[in-house]
Amino acid sequence: MAEPVTAMASPEANARIEYDLQLYYWVKLIRSFEERVSRLHRQNKIVGGVYSGAGQEAIVTGICAPLQPGDFVAPLHRDMGVFLVRGVDPGRLMAQLMGKETGLSRGKDSFLHGGDMERVIFGSTSMLGSSLPVAAGAALKFQIKKENHVAVAFFGEGASSRGDVHEAMNFAGVRKLPVIFVCENNRYAYSTPLEKQMAIEDVADRAPGYGFKGHVVSGNDLLAVVQLSEKVIKRVRDGGGPALIECKTYRYRGHSEHDAALYRDKEELLEWQSRDPIPRYELYLEKKGHDIKRIREEVDERTRKVVQDAVDFAEQSALPEPQEAMEDLYAPTPANSSSNGKL
Amino acid sequence: MEVTYLTAINQALHEEMRRDENVFVMGEDVADLGGAFKVTEGLLQAFGEDRVIDTPIAETVIVGAAIGAAIMGMRPVVEMQFGDFISCAFDQIVNTAATLRYRHGGRAACPLVVRAPSGAGIHGALFHSQNPEAWFTRVPGLKVVAPATAYDAKGLLKSAIRDDNPIIYFEHKRLYRSIKENLPDGDFTVPIGVAENRHPGRDLSIITYGGTLHQCLDATQIVEKEDGLSVEVIDLRSLLPLDRDAILATARKTGKVLIVHEDRLTGGFGGEIAAIIGEHAFDALDGPVRRLAALDTHTAFSPPLEEYILPNTNKIVEAIRSLAAY
Repeated sequence: MAEPVTAMASPEANARIEYDLQLYYWVKLIRSFEERVSRLHRQNKIVGGVYSGAGQEAIVTGICAPLQPGDFVAPLHRDMGVFLVRGVDPGRLMAQLMGKETGLSRGKDSFLHGGDMERVIFGSTSMLGSSLPVAAGAALKFQIKKENHVAVAFFGEGASSRGDVHEAMNFAGVRKLPVIFVCENNRYAYSTPLEKQMAIEDVADRAPGYGFKGHVVSGNDLLAVVQLSEKVIKRVRDGGGPALIECKTYRYRGHSEHDAALYRDKEELLEWQSRDPIPRYELYLEKKGHDIKRIREEVDERTRKVVQDAVDFAEQSALPEPQEAMEDLYAPTPANSSSNGKL
Repeated sequence: MEVTYLTAINQALHEEMRRDENVFVMGEDVADLGGAFKVTEGLLQAFGEDRVIDTPIAETVIVGAAIGAAIMGMRPVVEMQFGDFISCAFDQIVNTAATLRYRHGGRAACPLVVRAPSGAGIHGALFHSQNPEAWFTRVPGLKVVAPATAYDAKGLLKSAIRDDNPIIYFEHKRLYRSIKENLPDGDFTVPIGVAENRHPGRDLSIITYGGTLHQCLDATQIVEKEDGLSVEVIDLRSLLPLDRDAILATARKTGKVLIVHEDRLTGGFGGEIAAIIGEHAFDALDGPVRRLAALDTHTAFSPPLEEYILPNTNKIVEAIRSLAAY
């Protein structure tokens, strides 16, 4: 990590600087990783659906940064960043995209449906919003077992129309579960604009109807997201009940890589690109006295290497054997399932 | 002690919750009320509010949250108040739970039991009579069981709770208080995926499961006495995984097979059994594989309609005689 130019006063200040730079590294890594993924898709090296989160990197970074090991996260299909920030090996992620044996799902599913339960990342299905009840259940476990953890579920404003979202939020509200629902409102559900999806402006307005607070934040402002999420996650962790954070944002690419997104106004895209989270955060670092030019160069070099290593690892990894299609359907029956004659 | 099918389920829940503190129960009216059928009675008093949880009327989150707890190491047993309502949780079961291990490359488990009180014959009408097992028996990643005796109800539920996979447990409402058995003291389980020969016979085989087992056994007594027919009755007990060996063994033994279930005929599980026999025991058959199931309509309310639709002992007797005469 790059050394800031400012002189360090205290360990706390040093830690804060480290943290600030770590956040920068993550958004840059996500952007760089996803740009490479888009390119690999065009080169036919990644054959399945690719859902870029370009433009939305600050959200996953800012929400996941304050999380602790053991906290549960359910990313949505655009949240490659969750895996990177939570420490999943980028090589395994790239291998997942290429359908390789070394990928998260060992070739069974594409992209983000393969989770990593070692890092408590739940692989969501394509039935968007269906991971919110699951996250509520993980939070229920934390509550029953009195564990000091939280569950986070990401969803889009598109998924907010689904009944799963309502049921999960209502249940979480009733039981005051330690769960944070994070809405990435990028204004389009595939091609359908916000106005055709909901009759109100903010998904966050629904939270009070479930008995908890809804927050709205600019999802393109990493500093704002992380400041809010630190506060909210702490409150939820301390037993304050669920919360909803709505992050206003915009996706740069189509719904998936095969979607040219011609239904959107070019001017609208330009407007949002001018609010890109990365230069905005660079400005913050610069104002804090960092040599941003040098940091950018160093981080670019580092992320380039991480991404290249990931691609190399994935390309060198084997494809699964065909008959592995029949594996991993069932967990083995545990030894204690047969009767031992005792209760 | 002689216990009902319902008490057997209740005992299994009590004993498993005592054995493993990760087992918990969740559903509509399961705590204070003890369940619409009283299957979960006494659990709240024994294990407290953290482990016996009343939920809103919301099957999607009941199953979805159970999945979330299960992958985090709990062993939830959720109740669909009526098996009919399982359709409201269909996506969570067939997409979230059934694919979970597969899409995590074998590195996740979902030890979940969904209890579904199912079945007709109690004037429950269209939405309290369904037998929805065939919606699930074709979903890899799930297990499906349908006990027909108190012993199996208890033993299969215990096996299901101890299993690391999502399991749909169909309990037949008509059997709740209509059958009683002496159960052994102490712990016992019934293995998932193993059928039971309820009545050995020579002339003809009936393959059945769940609510129709007892009608089949009654019919077997009648044709034995009145027609001198020796009928074998195989109770599948588990539908997924399926005991194919037991199916093929009885088909090869008698050469004539009648399949009976309370679910509808078309697309019902009987078609799969018939296909297995047709594919793998064709040479041993002395007659067509016949199916007796509910008619292809909804389970109507008015008693004459319901009786007309559902299989019963008399219809089974007729079907046995017709196949025996072939």
